[in-house]
Amino acid sequence: MQSEVLTPAKTEEVLDEGSGHGGPPGGGDFGGGDSRPWSVPARAYRTGMWMALVGITMLFAAFTSAMVVRQGISNDWAHTTLPRVLWLNTAILLASSATLELSKRVLATNDFRRFTAWLDVTAVLGLAFIAGQLLAWKELRGRGVYLATNPSSSFFYLLTAAHGVHLVGGITALFYLVTRARVGASRQIGTLLPIDGGRPVGASLEGQVVPGLRTPVEVTAIYWHFMDGLWIYILILMMTRL
Amino acid sequence: MADMHVAAVHAHAAPSGFFRRYIFSLDHKVIGIQYWLLGLLAVLIGMALSLLVRFHLVWPDAQIPLLHLLSPTGGKGDQMQPEYYLSLLTLHGTLMIFFVLTTVPQSGFGNFALPIQIGAEDMAFPRLNMLSFWTTFVGMVVLLSTFFISDGPPLAGWTAYPPLSAIGPATGPGEGLGQTLWIVSIAIFCVGSLLGSLNFIATTLDLRARGLSLMRLPLTCWAWFITAVLMLLSFAVLFAAGVLLLLDRVGGTSFFIPAGLVVSDQLVNHAGGSPLLWQHLFWFFGHPEVYVAILPGMGITSHIISTFSRKPIFGYKAMIYAMCSIGFLGFMVWGHHMFVSGMSPYSGFAFSVLTMAIAVPSAIKTFNWIGTMIGGKLRLVTPMLFAIGFVSLFVTGGLSGIFLGQPALDLTLHDSYFVIAHFHMVMGVAAIFGMFAGTYFWFPKATGRMMNETLGKVHFWLTFVGAYGIFMPMHYLGLEGHPRRYSTLTGVEFLNTPHLMHLHEFMTVSAFITAAAQLLFLYNLAWSWFKGPEAGENPWEATTLEWTVPSPPPFDNFAGRHAVVYRYPYEFSVPGAEKDYIMQDAVEEAKKKK
Repeated sequence: MQSEVLTPAKTEEVLDEGSGHGGPPGGGDFGGGDSRPWSVPARAYRTGMWMALVGITMLFAAFTSAMVVRQGISNDWAHTTLPRVLWLNTAILLASSATLELSKRVLATNDFRRFTAWLDVTAVLGLAFIAGQLLAWKELRGRGVYLATNPSSSFFYLLTAAHGVHLVGGITALFYLVTRARVGASRQIGTLLPIDGGRPVGASLEGQVVPGLRTPVEVTAIYWHFMDGLWIYILILMMTRL
Repeated sequence: MADMHVAAVHAHAAPSGFFRRYIFSLDHKVIGIQYWLLGLLAVLIGMALSLLVRFHLVWPDAQIPLLHLLSPTGGKGDQMQPEYYLSLLTLHGTLMIFFVLTTVPQSGFGNFALPIQIGAEDMAFPRLNMLSFWTTFVGMVVLLSTFFISDGPPLAGWTAYPPLSAIGPATGPGEGLGQTLWIVSIAIFCVGSLLGSLNFIATTLDLRARGLSLMRLPLTCWAWFITAVLMLLSFAVLFAAGVLLLLDRVGGTSFFIPAGLVVSDQLVNHAGGSPLLWQHLFWFFGHPEVYVAILPGMGITSHIISTFSRKPIFGYKAMIYAMCSIGFLGFMVWGHHMFVSGMSPYSGFAFSVLTMAIAVPSAIKTFNWIGTMIGGKLRLVTPMLFAIGFVSLFVTGGLSGIFLGQPALDLTLHDSYFVIAHFHMVMGVAAIFGMFAGTYFWFPKATGRMMNETLGKVHFWLTFVGAYGIFMPMHYLGLEGHPRRYSTLTGVEFLNTPHLMHLHEFMTVSAFITAAAQLLFLYNLAWSWFKGPEAGENPWEATTLEWTVPSPPPFDNFAGRHAVVYRYPYEFSVPGAEKDYIMQDAVEEAKKKK
């Protein structure tokens, strides 16, 4: 049974065609004489995610510019030595990106067990990263370096916390994916489980237990890798500036 | 989260329960109306606050009945205390900027009309859409809750400049919990706006009907799209600034608080921060925010002027490029809010030149609106009147911007009534006129009933003349040196001259008359909603897709039909055509031409 489970959702592939098919002049993507129900294309989710990442980029750009200005205008900036556990955390986070990528790959090969296993590993690595960050905070606290001790430590806590909150969002998404995959698999029936909430995805999903999982996995992966890259950026920023 | 998939199986049927239908609705039309109603509540409160403020300016010693009920301390003996004046001003600004000007033109009208205009059944992410609305709602509840705490609302203005906003209760009533709640409210609002904007962008890019290329989009959709991009880029920065300010207040950090600050004879225990840093972050958001408020109005105005001139919009592409360049330049000019902050003259010059550059796309838009009307068969119905009013106010307000955009002139005009006149005209009242235009225009689509034309026209003229009556004299007051934010001006000799005080009285009376005229609008709205004549599918003989569906539209907009677009959005008075308008999805004529 399980080999059938993870056949990539056909509906999404159909939807991905986008504006490719003929029709009246101009762009646009939907409609036309076909009787297919209206639906939200998978790429809308990717667009939405990329836009969310643009917003997050602006957030951290604002923090960065505040940091550069705050450091430049005053003479009260004291160096904050980064806790060494950050390097371990970095390795853990990079590894989590790799495991998520593995999970994405096995999704295509229909190996349900390995798919959820890699997702689990990714989520655990994510949690380990958060735990590691808390250890870093604990180390600073041990040194007597708190949020308000110095502008430099203020930015350390601010940047790590802001990144951590976003990563927790990613971990939540991973748990959601795992749960959804397991619930879908346990039903072992071809019900329609579209992802958009509100509109049906399509009627051609019979025989698939976890239809429409490809897009959420893909979108979560975009987010997760971005958080990875964002952390590297923050790390470099802190190494060069704090 | 899992339940949403189960819910989604019940495809096209509209939800039947009251709560799912009207309160926690996923339907973009209902959410749009919810935003609109939230904005109506905000604008009524904001207007009431402005009336209190205007009354106090002219009759500072007069008692305002029941004011002590609003605030036992701020309205002691029914007289407005100076600090309370500032609190009311702060709440007026915050409500109007965030919960009216940002909420209604974009989230209200955009949610209602964008999906139908592009031939979609809903926004790309309906649940996110619902979440955006309820997030915004919570933001407003938090803001209004400041009226009910012991020391009242904050008094640092809608711009919340530190150090006043950063230190705490020592700086005045409302600067304790009130200011903290203000920051929390705005941060919540930022989140709602960000979620909303990414939904708008994904919807516009990926959900358009077949045949609806970008260069066939109604200008309203273009305006909402560009506005969404501006919101996405700017609100994240405001959120960041809000986090830093909150940390300064509750976390003991010093991002914005400088060293050596003495408040009430007490040395403030912070050092090294920069109030200017807040100004940069705030105005990097604040200036694009101005365009967030006005761009949807521009889109609605373009749409309505073309429709009721029975002519294609003059320079469709120029209108799009003008909006894009306004949006782009909007991110380059934040420094013109800070000319008097001691910035380098070179920076001032750069910001000034870029500011002046915005006059070019603005003028293009204005000429195109006028060009559309020239030679048109004008139908001066209420939405058209408000659209023309929008153009008038936009020009009047824009012209004073040319003065303020020059550092040398801004040195004297800054923080005077001239500035108040400028931004109320160009972004406040003009955007409100855009909202009125949109309301009169889409009301038939939303409710299936027409609004009363006579009441609408009376409402327009009273509001139009009233708005000029309130804000035109402010230019003169500003040139005479009247400063902003002062609760009483009677003690200042050079300002306390009869002719200036009479001007103030005139403005206050105008404000009360204009406010009273809004009762006509509310009455018209309520009456028409239930008793207005049936509107039919396309009462305005407009061309875009929302007028191809019944009024009000069914839950899924097109009742399972797939809209296909064959035409440009403003095909009015096409030579040889049967009627003076051709719908965007009209296929027969397109085939005939081929």
